Order: sequence, then C-alpha cells, then structure tokens
Amino acid sequence: MSDNLTPLLDIKGLCVSYFTRAGEIPAIKDFSLSLKAGESVGLVGESGCGKSTVALAIMRYLGNNGDIVGGSVSFKGRDLATLSADELRQLRGSEIAMIYQEPMAALNPSLTIGTQLMEVPMVHENVSAADARSRALQMLDDVHLPDPERILQAYPHQLSGGQQQRVVIAMALLSKPALLLLDEPTTALDVTVEAGIVTLIAELSHKFGSALLYISHNLGLMLEVCDRIGVMYSGEVIEEGTIDSIFTWPKHPYTHGLFGCIPLPHADKNARPLVAIQGQLPLPHERPPGCNFGPRCDFFESGLCDAGDIGAEYVDTDDDPRHRVRCVRWRDIDPDQLIAKADGKPPVEYGEKVLDVVGMQKYYEVHDRSIGAMISGDGIRYVKANETLSFSARRGETLGIVGESGCGKSTFAKVLMGLECCTDGEVRLDGQDIGDMPVRERSPKQLGSVQMVFQNPNDTLNPSHTIGGQISRVIKKFGVESDKHKIQDRMLRLLDLVKLPRDFALRRPRQLSGGQKQRVGIARAFAGNPSMVIADEPISALDVSVAAAVTELLVDIQREHQTTLLFISHDLSAVRYLADRVVVMYLGRIMERGTTEEVFGPPYHPYTEALLSAVPIADPAVEKRRIVLEGNIPSAFETPKGCPFATRCPRRLGDICDKEPPPQRQNRDRHIIACHIHLDELRGVAPVISLTSEAPDQVGA
Amino acid sequence: MTDIVRTITPAPTPGAAFMRALKSFALIRESWVGMIGTGLVVFWIVVALAAPVIAPFEPNATLQPFAKPGVAFTKGGIFWLGTDHIGRDILSRIIWGSRAVLLYAPLATICAYTVGIVMGLAAGYFRGWIDELLSRLADIILSFPVLVLYIIIIATIGASALNIIVAITFASAPGIFRIVRGLVLDLRNRDYVAAAQTRGESSWQIMLVEILPNARGPLIVDACLRLGYVIITIGVLGFLGLGLPPPDPDWGGMINETRQMALAFPHMSVFPCVAISSLILGFNLLADGLREISLRD
Repeated sequence: MSDNLTPLLDIKGLCVSYFTRAGEIPAIKDFSLSLKAGESVGLVGESGCGKSTVALAIMRYLGNNGDIVGGSVSFKGRDLATLSADELRQLRGSEIAMIYQEPMAALNPSLTIGTQLMEVPMVHENVSAADARSRALQMLDDVHLPDPERILQAYPHQLSGGQQQRVVIAMALLSKPALLLLDEPTTALDVTVEAGIVTLIAELSHKFGSALLYISHNLGLMLEVCDRIGVMYSGEVIEEGTIDSIFTWPKHPYTHGLFGCIPLPHADKNARPLVAIQGQLPLPHERPPGCNFGPRCDFFESGLCDAGDIGAEYVDTDDDPRHRVRCVRWRDIDPDQLIAKADGKPPVEYGEKVLDVVGMQKYYEVHDRSIGAMISGDGIRYVKANETLSFSARRGETLGIVGESGCGKSTFAKVLMGLECCTDGEVRLDGQDIGDMPVRERSPKQLGSVQMVFQNPNDTLNPSHTIGGQISRVIKKFGVESDKHKIQDRMLRLLDLVKLPRDFALRRPRQLSGGQKQRVGIARAFAGNPSMVIADEPISALDVSVAAAVTELLVDIQREHQTTLLFISHDLSAVRYLADRVVVMYLGRIMERGTTEEVFGPPYHPYTEALLSAVPIADPAVEKRRIVLEGNIPSAFETPKGCPFATRCPRRLGDICDKEPPPQRQNRDRHIIACHIHLDELRGVAPVISLTSEAPDQVGA
Repeated sequence: MTDIVRTITPAPTPGAAFMRALKSFALIRESWVGMIGTGLVVFWIVVALAAPVIAPFEPNATLQPFAKPGVAFTKGGIFWLGTDHIGRDILSRIIWGSRAVLLYAPLATICAYTVGIVMGLAAGYFRGWIDELLSRLADIILSFPVLVLYIIIIATIGASALNIIVAITFASAPGIFRIVRGLVLDLRNRDYVAAAQTRGESSWQIMLVEILPNARGPLIVDACLRLGYVIITIGVLGFLGLGLPPPDPDWGGMINETRQMALAFPHMSVFPCVAISSLILGFNLLADGLREISLRD
C-alpha cells in the first residue's frame, strides 16, 4: 500500500454482459481504470449507463446472468478472475468494502448494531469478541455518532437514515479496506444529512488511506469528493480526467450536454434557460453502431461517428495529461456553439392573487390505545404537520416550497388538493376557502382548477389503462368537454402540448420511459385548465438530462397558460432556477419566505444558510462556505416549544430559542425571517455561495 | 394529424381486450411447467365437451357388474377401465363426470371470488370499522376446520349442485378476501389513486377501475390454484356422500361407492382418483407457469 507507483486497482478493457432471454446484453464495454492507494475516483452517469455494474464486476458479484466477457480486473497485482470463491469471500469486506444506497436494506433489522459491527473483525481477522467490541466502539466514534455505547445496543430501526448510513460506513471501514466502493451512498438522504456524510467520507478516506470509487449521478457531489472522474454513457466511459480538467474543459458533447442540464447558480429560467439533451438513452440491445451518443449529438457526422468502435483518445491539456475522451470529433467542437442554443424567454407577468393561505394549521390525531396511555390519560397525541402557514401566490407566479423530508410540504399539498382538511386557518383559492372542503364536496370546476403533478413517474399513471384513456377520463370528469369526439380532440391536443407523439394515446404506461410518463402526468394536470398546478418533486426521480427537458416543458406550459405553479422540492438548485418566490419550511413551520433573490442571498435564516451550504454545486468556480448541521430533525410529535430549528441551529442564541417562538422579522416588503437573531446581525452574514473571479466561467456567455 | 385522429377513434371493444388477454396468455409457451398444466386442463375440457361422442356406453346404464379393465361386453364394445359393482362402465362415468367437475368448480370459484373481491376491496380501501368488521368475520369463518364447515352447511341446507356452490363460496371467500385486502392496502397508496381521488371519482369507480385491474396478476395465479382446491373439495364432498345427488356420475361419489371393494377391485376407485389428480395437477402446474411468466416481465 505504501508503494504509490503500482496502482491498487487496475482495470483494463473490462467488458461485462448480462445474458437474458433476449440474448447477450452488453452492460459495459471497454472499461479501463487505474486507481492508486488513497486516490478517489468518481463514476458519474445517468441510470442504466452501467456504473453500478462496474462496482459489482470489481466485487465479482454479478449474479447468475452476468459475466465478465473480456478484459481484466487486477487488485494489488492479483487478477480477480483467477480467485476461487473462498479467496473472493476473504477479499470482500476485508480488502474491498462496499457501501450501498439504502442503509436500511444494508443492515439486518433483527440484529443489534453491535453484533453486526463486531462480526466484521471477528470473521476476517479472528479477533476476540472483546477486541471486536472495542474496535467497533472506536469506529462509531470515528464516524461521529453520538453516544457509541448506546448505539451498539440499538437496532437499525431505532436510528435515523443518516445515522444508519454512518453505521454502514463504520462497518465498511472496520477491516481497514484498501478500496472502498460507494454506490450512490447519499442519494436516499436529505441534503443536510448528505453534506455531513460526504464530509465524513472525505475525512475518513484520508485517515485510513483507503482508495475510493464513488458512484453517483450527481456531478456536484463528485466535485466535492473526487480527484478524478469518469463520465459514463450507455456502458462506456466517454470522458475521463481530473475534476478540474473535466469541469473546466469538457470535451465530449455529452459532458457538455450534462452541464447544460444542471440548474447552476447562474442559470435563469428567463434569461438563460436549461438546454436539455435531445432524444433518450438507447436501450442496451438497441445501441447504435459507432458512437452510442451519436443519435442525440448535435455534431453527429454520418460515416465518421457511426463507422465503428471509437477508442478513447488523450486530450492534450496542460492541466491533466491523463484526460481522455471517446469522441472522433472532439477537436472540431466549439464549446461556445453548444451553449449559444439557449434562447432567452420573456419574463412572466404576474396577475391577481390566486392562492392566499392565512394561518393554516394541520394536526394529525394519533390514537394510542395502549393500556399505559389509557391510565396516564394521554391517549391522543398530535402530529403537527403544518403550523400557522401564511403566504400567497399570484397568477403566473412560481412559488417554490423547500424543505427536507418531514417538513410538512406534502401535507400542505394534500390540503390544497382536498385529500385532507386543515385543522384551522384558511386556504383561499380564487377567493374561495377550500381549506376544509374535502375533494368530495368540490365542484368539477374547482377540482379542475387545482391539479397536481406527482413525484414518482412509475406510480403516477395507472399501468392497466392506456395513456389516451387516462387523459380523456380527466377531461370528461372536469366537464371541459362532453362530446366524445371533442374529448378525443382535446386529449390529442394535450399530447401535443407536452410534446409527445399522438400515437402514444394507444400505448400503456409500461411502454413509456420515466420522462415520458412524467409528461403525461403534466398533460393530465393541465387538462382542466387549472388556475394552479402543484408539482410535488416532479423531477427528483428523473435523470439529469430528462429532468431538464421536463422542467423546461413545465415552465413553457405554465408561461403559456398563465398558471400559478406551486413547486415543492428538496432540491434548492431546482427551486432557485424555477421559483419566483420561495418558502422555506422546517418541521411544519415557515422559516423564511420572500423572492428567490431575497431568500438565496443574505440576510438568511440560519436554516436557509445551512441548506444552501449543503447543496452540491457542479461548478468549480463556485466557492461555498461549509456549514454542517449536527443532530437530526426532531420528531413531529415533540416539536420544540420555541424555534423548531433550535436543536440543530449553529447560530443558537441561548434559552430564548428553546422557550419562545421566534418573531416574524420583516426584512423587506414580503421577505420574512422567523428568527430570534436581530435582522441587522443576519444582514452581516457573508453569502454562502460566491463565484471566484479568477476561475474561468466555462458556461460563459 | 387527422389520420391519427381517425385511427384512434374506435374505442377498444371487448373483443380486442379478449384478444389481448389471449396474446399475453400465449406467453405460457415459454414455461414448460405451464405448458404441461395447460395440456392437462385442455385435455379435460375437450373430454367434457365431447362426452356424448367419445363415451363408449351410457354412464348410468347397468351393463355387467365387476368387469375387469379390458373385458369385452357381450353385446359389443370393451370396458376399457372395467365396470363397477352394479355394472356401470367406469370410463364412460369418468368422461361424463368431468362435465360436472368442470362446470361446478369454476362456477363455485367465480362466486367465491366475487364475494371475496368485493369484501376485500371495501375493507382495504375504506379501512376503519368496515375493515375491522369484515376482517373479524373472515377470521371467524377461517377458524373452523374446513371439512366441519362443509358438513355443517351441506347438512343444514341439503346436498344439491347449488348448495355445493354456496358452501364453497362461504368457505373460500374469506381466504380470497385476505389476499385482495392485502393487495389493495398496497395499491391504494399509489399516486394514480390519489390522482383519481383529486378528480372526484367515486369510491367504487376507484376500487373497480383504478385498483382491481392492477391486482389481477396475483389473483389470476391464485384463482388457478384455488380451482384445484375446489375440485378436491367437490371430490371430498362426493366421497362423503354430500356431493351431487346420484345416479349422475360424480368422481368423488364414484370413489365413495366403491371404496369397500378397493382391495378386491382396485380399478373401481383408482381410475376416478387418477382423473381427479390429473385435473388438479393441471391447474396447479398452470398456476406455477403463470407465476413464472408473470415474474419474468
């Protein structure tokens, strides 16, 4: 391990195929990578590009139908293909450890954390139980878990998601592996928790000298964790180099395209909209000849790009001699030409007030029927999902609601839709109070006037019915049209609106990709000419390039129809890009609200400040102040009496924060911060995000 | 664009839906287990349909008692599977008996499913007291030994084809209820159900149009298995003397009538047993095959 010249992991020309009914499906083609001890390399790409298969191939854990069909993987000089099953088992978990996406699925729910942690050194190094226990304790301390003794006794379900992932990391590091494979380790976690885990991984890999192979779809995370990255597309690494080199001088059109799809801080939905990549990812058995990206590429030249397999070429940049790109035309591509495509759009004009929420409250009653609760008399407890929400939105305006899981943003959406009734306060839509009007009591017009775009594309459409049938049903139900032919006609026009071919009307949801399903969901929401559309995390389950296309579509339709859009998301980058005004929620309460510029610049609420710092930004020119929040979001049963954020706030003043609810401090006209700290002091806080001037602006005008 | 409007206009007919179902059933070719099951079931269906043509003798005619298999009848013809103690041809009785089984077993299963699905949908979708009530009711019925339950019901209301169906419905609906309820509990939380609620669909519309079609996969597999159980049940009822009233041929009844002579004349009870087993095996293998192909895609 001390020898830094021979690579720890050396993969040469690796090819992996899965064998299915349809025949051999190549998952990875010609994958090469060398990883030195202590180095961290990232693999980034959209779903289905083969990045997880790489990790599984390294572990030789491809399942029954997968096999390595070419190339070699050598680890510490040993070819992994020659190892027996027993030798592999010794290697896995001790020399190579893997961390998966779902911490809950990686831990055994019926064993204590202690038993699971102690097992690692006991199996691999034959140490005594007492030794194993002390090492487990030490490791829990290293991953910064509070009260390790208690956690050793705990079962997985007693820990939060972030704590579970820390335990999984501790487990992976217990045998001091030389190589750590991380497959989307933070994707299932909230941003503030993610920030903590990412910092921890970086710190620990330094401390233990483990090399990292970090797999993610998030380019921003790569920037924070890795030294080098490989960009994968459809089973191939299409570009590889150091972080600086790739982010500053991307050569491959796909890499360029990816950057155009990410809402970076300087993107603007009016002046500088996102540029989606045309087309969609080819299925593994339908890959085109030559360059896989060819059919989606603006620089495609027939006869050249589709002539045959394309090898990786070295790019001569002063910065990184190992920067390679798999494109025959990279010399001819002018980055500026790629960017120029995005035309600006006129800003939206806001109309009258559409939504007015005044002191809205939603409590859930939870009945505790245990004998203990009956005796003590507190049989009913309340989950305070929403506490005195007040805000408004105008016609044509986009209102972003931001917060982590459990902050009550989806509960609010349910009240608006009439799936729940609010406990107190008013929710006025077009002047009518609909807060305690369940969906059953609403007229078809009222139903049609507020509609929703759902989060999960696989869940939003009924798999048993055709696309056309589902949209037609909505049109009929809202009473927009009643004549059969007119319904049909309107359904087809709605498909046009979301830029789907008309013959999709006869298809069933499983014949559509995720992005296409989400488009149908949008068409359905706009069927009744809504005055307001609620989009609950509409793009968080989609791939980067697809998300950009769906975002742009949503913005365009909204602009055209002058619809108020309520955009609910945990993704601050998307909210900054889309929203005109932002509401930041925490534990059912509004922490800060105002226009996007006001919320994303000082003065900040300390929670907004921490959220902003936690979001990874895929731009090396952006400098961030790092704020890592300690602790977990308190349970909604025991919301703190004072400021809900007081338990985790880095700027906590003292007892006043715990005991008294914070005052609503008005910075400007409609910019409100709920905090005990005086506004003057908050105004003095430096911005979290700043652009460093000397770094070249690679997406420049 | 108008071309497409025109091509889309005809609404999908029931015929088209049937063809689609047939097409997806054609996938069973890829499972050899399923193919054997299909073969057995189709064989018995053909036998039942063609009974008047292929049965060599009248099923209820007393011809020649205690004939061994293969013995020739004096007035022409051969008793391929022998005759029973009062001289009826066993092969003909099995062939005619398949009609009763293949008529009443599916009918009873359909009745049980109708009741079970309606109860399961209501309990799983509405939750609350209706769920509590129906679930406890199902628990009570399921807590009886099935056989005792059948005997009580048939003894109370009398043995007839209709009463067999009633008894089977009563005894198997709770099991179906539990499966449907479990599926609905999962499906009711899907976004498309929320979407249907927010456009003001009625509860039964949501249950029958949005939820039920998506539960069909597991239900079809279960229906095939359950059909096998119902055939056993009809056989058992016949064996206990609670089946179809004599003299019409009934597989279970044939075994019952000849069981005391089983040692001396095994052919009298063995062949009806083989008939029952093969049909049940057919439905079970078909269910396995359907499960196999449904897991694949």
